[in-house]
Amino acid sequence: MADTVFEASPDTMIDYDSSQQGDLRTEEMLINMGPQHPSTHGVLRVVLRTDGEMVLEAIPHIGYLHRCAEKIGEAVQPYQYVPYTDRMDYLAGMNNNQAFSLAIERLCGIEVPPRGETIRVAFAELNRIASHLVSLGTYGLDMGAFTPFLYCFREREMILDLFEAACGARLTYSYITPGGVHDDLPASWVERCLEFLDYFETKISDYNNLLSFNHIFVKRTSRVGVISIDDAIGYGLTGPCLRGSGIRWDLRKTAPYDGYENYDFDIPIAKPGGTDEIPEGVIVGDCWSRYWVRVLEMTESVKIIRQALGRLPNGDFIAPKMKNIKLPEDEVYVEVENPRGQLGFLVAGDKSAIPSRVKARGPSFCNLCITEKACKNVMLADVPAIIGSIDVVMGEVDR
Amino acid sequence: MTPEEVCQILKSEFGEAIEDALLEGAHPCAKVAAHRWGEVATFLRDDSRLRFNLLRSITAIDMLADDKLACVYDVMHIPTDAPAELVTTTIIFAVRIEVDRNAPSIPSVASLWPAADWHEREAFDMMGIDFPGHPDLRRILCCDDWVGYPLRKDYDFPLEYHGIPATTEFELTNPRH
Repeated sequence: MADTVFEASPDTMIDYDSSQQGDLRTEEMLINMGPQHPSTHGVLRVVLRTDGEMVLEAIPHIGYLHRCAEKIGEAVQPYQYVPYTDRMDYLAGMNNNQAFSLAIERLCGIEVPPRGETIRVAFAELNRIASHLVSLGTYGLDMGAFTPFLYCFREREMILDLFEAACGARLTYSYITPGGVHDDLPASWVERCLEFLDYFETKISDYNNLLSFNHIFVKRTSRVGVISIDDAIGYGLTGPCLRGSGIRWDLRKTAPYDGYENYDFDIPIAKPGGTDEIPEGVIVGDCWSRYWVRVLEMTESVKIIRQALGRLPNGDFIAPKMKNIKLPEDEVYVEVENPRGQLGFLVAGDKSAIPSRVKARGPSFCNLCITEKACKNVMLADVPAIIGSIDVVMGEVDR
Repeated sequence: MTPEEVCQILKSEFGEAIEDALLEGAHPCAKVAAHRWGEVATFLRDDSRLRFNLLRSITAIDMLADDKLACVYDVMHIPTDAPAELVTTTIIFAVRIEVDRNAPSIPSVASLWPAADWHEREAFDMMGIDFPGHPDLRRILCCDDWVGYPLRKDYDFPLEYHGIPATTEFELTNPRH
């Protein structure tokens, strides 16, 4: 056996030119994508049943980042729980703090001073821009465009600097807390922020030139992963994923909180290709539409921040005596518009200072459940495009 | 439409199945009998006055003192007739279902709202509530061989999992779980 030598001879080689071509058979194959995979945005595992290049079925498996956040909520006081909400959607810490704080305020009937409310709005919108910048950049990475990622992070870095100046943290802020915000703005912060907004507004066209209207990017994302309005609502999609299907729905308009009713801004939605500046070939509900809604939302957030800083009232920034508050025997469910959709907190009290139940309804968790439907009978290369366009943060999916 | 009016409509339609209308608190909801939940849910979604098409969340709550488990369903109406128009009002509502803690079972609504699929799996995983009619009821956040239901108030914190010891701090500090 040892001296058997295999040699390729012309008659053992496959003859691609003969009639055998029609007999090429493909087999079904199970491919495990993740939990460690660059384009699943965290520890998401998707099991793909493929036939050649076609994905017949994609089943997501989650829970790799489960940290018992809801159980911890039953062991600590509300102001101690705020840092845990930071670690849910870690790209939008401010918005998470805001949602939980609002739930506690509604439960206990706490009034936030006007200055605290206005600062909250400005920070929530700054965080929305920062979060969308990461979303844009990493989505470009998924599609093979490396450069826009660096540009997006350059601007995000400036927002993080602004956050650091105000609260000392760059990612997990715990700045917004029940009753208001835990510190006042430092000196000349408003001027620095306005300076950044002036700079940032000119940069959005850069992203569009680099990525949004890039021919390859449009080809990879348009007409892919189309989600109809009925599916989007049925599966509980919210935020840019829902507006990407063409519904003008935003909690900041329908159920305003923290005084959003006093601000003038638009809710961008997806439109078919050919209208406005949208490239031909785009249809409402596809991956490009969801991406585009995020780009447009950044401009709207800039508008809101300018208004908030322009009317910043003087006075207290937090309601007095916010520690050791007794929670009434009642429950409350509050939702806010996070960068990723509607983040809800259900908090139940039992006359002690510690809640008896804290439930977080993460928009990423709800948005992700459409994966199985959206990734049916698509090309293998479209799976990262679809998952990336939903823009999930696994910290919030698993909590 | 206010939650009171929704409760009125439900009461006139289902009578006994609506056990109570809990309207005083910060989270107004109707208490519905578990065995009629399938019909009530279909009505909530399809009735032309209500059309609650968005299931926002399902929260399982442990009521250890009453020996019961509760599920709170939060629903919302999103108008779809003119999607490009800005919506400034909405109807929100909630339904509370309480079941026996020893044999908790609530009919699944995953066929009505696909969003319920994962929420029900989470309630099953964390609280051990059974949802008959669910297409694929298995654990979602914990691993498949996990023992117990972590969010129950009487849950015993495991000190070991497949030979991996849990934190030794646990015995020292004994946190309230």
